[in-house]
Amino acid sequence: MPVRSEIVGIDRPEALDEALRSALYLAGEGLSTAAYLALALGKPLLLEGSPGVGKTEAAKALASVLGRRLIRLQCYEGIDAANALYEWNYPRQMLAIRQAGDAPVDIYADAFLIERPMLEALRAPEDAVLLIDEIDRADHEFEAFLLEFLSDFQISIPERGTIRAAERPVVVLTSNRTRELHEALRRRCVYHWIDYPTPQHEAEIVMMRASGVAQATAHAVVAAVGRLRREPLAKPPGVAEAVDWAEAATLLNRQGAPWPAAFRRAIGVALKDEEDRAFLGSRLDTIIEEAAA
Amino acid sequence: MTRVPPLPRAAWPFIAFPALLRAHGFAIAPEQTTAFMAGTTLLGPRSLEDVRHAARATLAPPPERLAEFDALFAAFFEGQTIAAPTEGGPESEDEVQVRDEGAGLLEPPDADEINQAGEAATAAESLSSRRFAPLGRDELLRRFAREAPERLPQRRGRRRRVARPGDRIALSRALRLAVRHDGELMQLPRLSRRTHLRPVLLLIDVSGSMKSRTDEHLRLAHTLARSIVRIEIFTFGTRLTRITRAMRLRQPDQALAAASTMVADWDGGTRIGDALQAFLAVPRFAGFARGAYALVLSDGLERGAPDAMIDAVRRLARLAWRLDWLTPLAADPAFRPQTAGLAGILPFIDHLADGSSLHGVVTHILAGASGPRP
Repeated sequence: MPVRSEIVGIDRPEALDEALRSALYLAGEGLSTAAYLALALGKPLLLEGSPGVGKTEAAKALASVLGRRLIRLQCYEGIDAANALYEWNYPRQMLAIRQAGDAPVDIYADAFLIERPMLEALRAPEDAVLLIDEIDRADHEFEAFLLEFLSDFQISIPERGTIRAAERPVVVLTSNRTRELHEALRRRCVYHWIDYPTPQHEAEIVMMRASGVAQATAHAVVAAVGRLRREPLAKPPGVAEAVDWAEAATLLNRQGAPWPAAFRRAIGVALKDEEDRAFLGSRLDTIIEEAAA
Repeated sequence: MTRVPPLPRAAWPFIAFPALLRAHGFAIAPEQTTAFMAGTTLLGPRSLEDVRHAARATLAPPPERLAEFDALFAAFFEGQTIAAPTEGGPESEDEVQVRDEGAGLLEPPDADEINQAGEAATAAESLSSRRFAPLGRDELLRRFAREAPERLPQRRGRRRRVARPGDRIALSRALRLAVRHDGELMQLPRLSRRTHLRPVLLLIDVSGSMKSRTDEHLRLAHTLARSIVRIEIFTFGTRLTRITRAMRLRQPDQALAAASTMVADWDGGTRIGDALQAFLAVPRFAGFARGAYALVLSDGLERGAPDAMIDAVRRLARLAWRLDWLTPLAADPAFRPQTAGLAGILPFIDHLADGSSLHGVVTHILAGASGPRP
């Protein structure tokens, strides 16, 4: 197993935590340890958690810490190799053949290859972080196909032969757990379940990510969001929603809305489901007032 | 052959702990053990906390079993004693027996008496064999067999192949054709995606409260097993039994006879939650549910607290592509689930539909199945 104990000067989980913090991401001990192990062991990092706990943000922060470009592959039902790996630029090949006339022409040169995210990451592993986002949306076949890529980091193109990564690229996978991922996929990865942060931790995140939010506002928002997450909602507010809510309420307050009312009026950025709002009804006001107090 | 040097003694706990996890039903691969060791080494380890983090990250316990994982970790590395595993752990008395088909499959049924167990769900297991009346609704089942392969849910394959009505142009084929004619394109071949039938998972309640429906359900299962390839059939009551192979026999009466010898809990009590938990606990069985169209034929009347059932249905729904629950209680269109069990699973199932007659079940499978997931 290739082990590198140091990546761009990061040799301990604490150093990574520190670096992520300077990239405006508060990882927490579990996540920074898992991410450090993934980097050091050269394994992909699999992040699971409810929507809005900051899985994609984690990948972005990791890319900025490593000083690499983030290549994002958004998964969806029906995604196939042409969207994920590579495609030949057939119209261009066709034109090249016609233009060349009798002269020989190599229609499988680089100029005719359209790189898709996975090939792109493979060809430049030292300056990219590959994010395979929401893998639970893709079909089972695609998941199986990923297994090969994630264990060997190589891709076969029939016309060109096998392309192998010079070094193991940094890969982050995320899943909302709308369906169970295959055991084999979990096995190949370093795994971390991102839970909702503790209130203290979340207040810190809100203060860090939102601009010009007072500490009292951050705590009130975090308390209200915590209450909302305990309700059986279809779309419980995530961390991103908490940040938006704090920011929106602060903005309204500056324009003259008094405090609890500012929270109430900005609720649209935190609760994005009409049925949820109808379900909460008048209790929403009580929750907000209690949190603001 | 190279000699592998013996492992230092300090390394043994890092092999023994994954082994302990495996004994408790966690799936741990050898490469994960290696990663666990490498990870621990990388982190120092300066404290036990480092070992715990490395274990969590590399051995990847599923989030719902994290508490159990931590308890095992504490017991192993810190020497704390713990209570018996909370959920899904071995509880000798309450464990649901799982029966997979084995030897003696095709022997004729010997018991002749019909068990007259209560109509209501009872806790007592009453084990019996049963004989079946000859097919009565042949016509309906024949229609079902004919139409099922076309009307059951399909999934699109990942690959495309050249086909006449295609949704995109087969550029690679076009290029090859063009090369043949010096770069002149004579026709545009097209690509389309193949579709495949989704696997079907049929879970049939054979407890006492479903007694009047069991016979028809098994006939339905037999018809389906003969008409499509990827199908798995289980019965559950107080036990869980896989009867897929019996259902593949050609003659319906033979198939039902074979099934009747395999299933030991005809008309007994109901432990739906435990039976479904047992189904999910066997990885090979749970794998059948993955991406499948899962149909449960049951009244959902659970003895005792419905928590185990709700938890099992939630997990089953996450594995399956779609989960439909057909209950005889839903014959009335105005039916709303009253029992805590049925009301509890309602958010996780895709359809709660009428299972009061063979006609209703067949119609639901043929009609509802072709639509997208609601």
